[in-house]
Amino acid sequence: MTLSHSQDAKQKLIIIGNGMVGHHMVEQLIERGATEAYDITVFGEERHIAYDRVHLSEYFSGRDAESLALCASDYYETNGVTLRKQECVTKIDRDAGEVVTEQGRYAYDRLVLATGSYPFVPPIPGNDRAKCLVYRTLDDLDAIREAAEDATTGVVVGGGLLGLEAANALRGLNLDTAVVEFAPRLMPMQVDTEGGELLREKIEDLGVQVLTGRATQEIVDGEASFHRMVFQDEKVLETDLIVFSAGIRPRDELARDCSLEMGERGGVVVDDRCLTSDPSILAIGEVAVWNNSIFGLVGPGYQMAKAAVATLMPGEDALTFSGADMSTKLKLMGVDVGSIGDAHGDRTPGAKMFRYLDQIKQQYRKMVVSSDGKRLVGAMLVGDNSYYDTLMQYYDNGLELPDDPASLILPSSEGAPTLGADALPETATICSCHNVTKADVCASIDAGATDLGAVKGDTKASTGCGGCTALLKSVVDHELEARGVEVDKSICEHFALTRQEIYDIVRVEGIKTFSELIAKHGASQSRGLGCDICKPAVASILASCFNEPITDASHIPLQDTNDTFMANMQKNGTYSVVPRVPGGEISPDKLIVLGQVAEKYKLYTKVTGGQRIDLFGARLEDLPDIWGELIAAGFETGHAYGKSLRTVKSCVGSTWCRYGVQDSVGMAIKLENRYKGLRSPHKIKFGVSGCTRECAEAQSKDVGIIATENGWNLYVCGNGGMRPRHAELLATDMDEDTMIRTIDRFLMYYVRTADRLQRTSVWRENLEGGLDHIRDVVVDDSLGLGEELESQMQTVIDNYECEWANAIKDPEKLKRFRSFVNDARPDPDIIMMSERGQLRPA
Amino acid sequence: MSTATAMKPEAETDMSWQPLCTKADLVEFSGIAAWIETAEGPAQVAIFYLPGHDQELYAVDHHDPFSNANVVARGIVGDIKGEPVVASPIYKQHFRLKDGSCVEDDSVALRTWKLSFKGDEVGIEV
Repeated sequence: MTLSHSQDAKQKLIIIGNGMVGHHMVEQLIERGATEAYDITVFGEERHIAYDRVHLSEYFSGRDAESLALCASDYYETNGVTLRKQECVTKIDRDAGEVVTEQGRYAYDRLVLATGSYPFVPPIPGNDRAKCLVYRTLDDLDAIREAAEDATTGVVVGGGLLGLEAANALRGLNLDTAVVEFAPRLMPMQVDTEGGELLREKIEDLGVQVLTGRATQEIVDGEASFHRMVFQDEKVLETDLIVFSAGIRPRDELARDCSLEMGERGGVVVDDRCLTSDPSILAIGEVAVWNNSIFGLVGPGYQMAKAAVATLMPGEDALTFSGADMSTKLKLMGVDVGSIGDAHGDRTPGAKMFRYLDQIKQQYRKMVVSSDGKRLVGAMLVGDNSYYDTLMQYYDNGLELPDDPASLILPSSEGAPTLGADALPETATICSCHNVTKADVCASIDAGATDLGAVKGDTKASTGCGGCTALLKSVVDHELEARGVEVDKSICEHFALTRQEIYDIVRVEGIKTFSELIAKHGASQSRGLGCDICKPAVASILASCFNEPITDASHIPLQDTNDTFMANMQKNGTYSVVPRVPGGEISPDKLIVLGQVAEKYKLYTKVTGGQRIDLFGARLEDLPDIWGELIAAGFETGHAYGKSLRTVKSCVGSTWCRYGVQDSVGMAIKLENRYKGLRSPHKIKFGVSGCTRECAEAQSKDVGIIATENGWNLYVCGNGGMRPRHAELLATDMDEDTMIRTIDRFLMYYVRTADRLQRTSVWRENLEGGLDHIRDVVVDDSLGLGEELESQMQTVIDNYECEWANAIKDPEKLKRFRSFVNDARPDPDIIMMSERGQLRPA
Repeated sequence: MSTATAMKPEAETDMSWQPLCTKADLVEFSGIAAWIETAEGPAQVAIFYLPGHDQELYAVDHHDPFSNANVVARGIVGDIKGEPVVASPIYKQHFRLKDGSCVEDDSVALRTWKLSFKGDEVGIEV
């Protein structure tokens, strides 16, 4: 269709609310090109642009408002959408077709209510006392943090999903925390009595007191603490701080005031197209009532947003909202809780149940099946969500249960059962975050994707919560095989082995040379030469295991040119030289030496992103002399040429900075000196920041460390470069020894299991189990590998020697640095010209 | 295998043997660079040494036509389906050592020369 709208003919679309659902709607509108047809204005009452409320409690464990934001700060502006932050709509004037704020009146043609909900505060006398707070917005969290400053104890009123999230947040503020729930168990919506009891045990094991079946009668002055809560049985509980998190209520006052049709228990009534009783007004998210229900989860809110966009942009797909599944999979304070469909079995006449309870491992699983035992209608999990995906597939797709349905929840030595990918119908949802079906995966493969990474790139599957990674992988592998694509993981034609298999062979058999490896384990047709794929990979593995000098005669033919000459080849065949500058700290006299060497050998100098100095244009035959001078001045090789530890970038930290809470430079130097010389599947970069301002940009590094008042927070698997990825929080508030041990294990586990040339970010995305798996292995030592990984790291550290210092004292090794074996003159084809006062290739 | 036995009948008058270096200058399973004199003038060659293989010595252009830098001797030696190749260290194209042809682009080829040992000396036939 052709758009003939002139600028003034655009309709005015106003969206009230800039929460997760309101923001999702804006994203969908932008994606559909709605700004061609509408002038879009969004009103948000908060200071912040839309942020991730699902992960709000991480605000206390290192994340700030910026990292929780759902988009870049200029996203709205860049896409032609007006965002009016901190402007609260006070009235809708339907007769005039205007919304009213304190600042003015704004005309609309179409209006969307995405005002969300507010926390319900039970009508308890004393609930308006100071330090009685709620948990919903970043400002609420700031208020909680402030109130917690002189508090030692905190109580959360409400033991549901949000209540436990709030309790986790209070724990994050180091308060002795208690949860008070009116119902006889925690999470009454999601779990039954037995599940609730198990959940209580697990939460109490974490040091959180759990009081259920308690109705608070009043809150008065305490004796030992600020508040005293008095319960129905006259028992009391004293605490310094109270957070109400006892459910939500729709923020429907604007709709009520302008007489839109309301639900019986509040909320704006909408139809399948998200239209209210006034067809120019739509409502989405937690303010909307559909079929007498309010959906208090983000997933259904997103579906409503998509339906609302379809209503505003009528096109070929008449997408409507038809209710949403409230199945959820959660990790609350590290405790798995899952709930699928009719988990209580009270909505399905004649439903039958299977239940499994293990009080030692603290696991509980329940299946609710149809009266004929053939279909799954609901399920409940406490303690281990690895059963969730398979159960969800049976439920979601109405698949017939196996002959022995109990096997789906019984423990087995092979781990949680998985559903064969071939059993899934085409319509099966694989990734619910991005709504990717099996048919979408197949389409991606038919369009040419030949591996998991390509399918993920095409469909976005498994790039949200990552919960479906294992399922996606099995579907992809199965579909590839079904199409006759042999999923060959061999590293190259010379070895019918993966990099991981080669690594294990080298470790187990103690093989120390390429020739021995290829003789014993090379592919049968191999002539023993290898190639430019397997040789550097094996060189890297040998170095990771034994750390012998890479310039030794048996290793030298394996190396890429950069490793061979321990410098970075540039496009004209000259090299760049980067001495190590640990943590980016360098003394004036060393800086002067770098300048003198650069001047003497006519090198172009540039400061790198990793806080060191790169000297470009070094001729091959000059490298040994250059390094002779650098080593004499106390420099070491910087491994800028290797797939190995590069730099540990740091901010200046508490030594100088007014805001620093730890010595980030000292830590960076310590870490750089510890891990220098570690060869790995790809390069590794670190960052250390001295406070949460994060000036070292540690969250864009493979390993990022951010100082806290209590120690160090450790982030892993970040990346800058082509595909930026924020590092994820692995562990918090660690002391130095614990942190170093954790990094030892993390790096060695990466070295051991990654593919060749796979950065930590891609490795993590392909790793089954994702970050949780990494945490299990390196923090909780679930595989019992901890000591082994640490001792392997220690071997690398103990065998460290500056490669340039080693080469320079060996005349045999230096022979390689002749440009020509029969002529000492330099290569005449290297021609330089001058630009901005330095030399560059002509 | 190719010791100084395989003497070609030196019938052509311009066929001559230029000594370049000694065996000790070679790097096993890797390359070095040298200057040679040809009819068209001086040229840079890359010399590869594969001890124990049917043909132990190879010489191809040191000049990489894709990057226009003189770097071929610094590439990694390997084989593709049994044929010995060197990978350019800059943009990683592979050249067959036997005839200099490029695996990725059959319109491109390096020149090749014949090398042999005379005792400990390595020389080239030009």
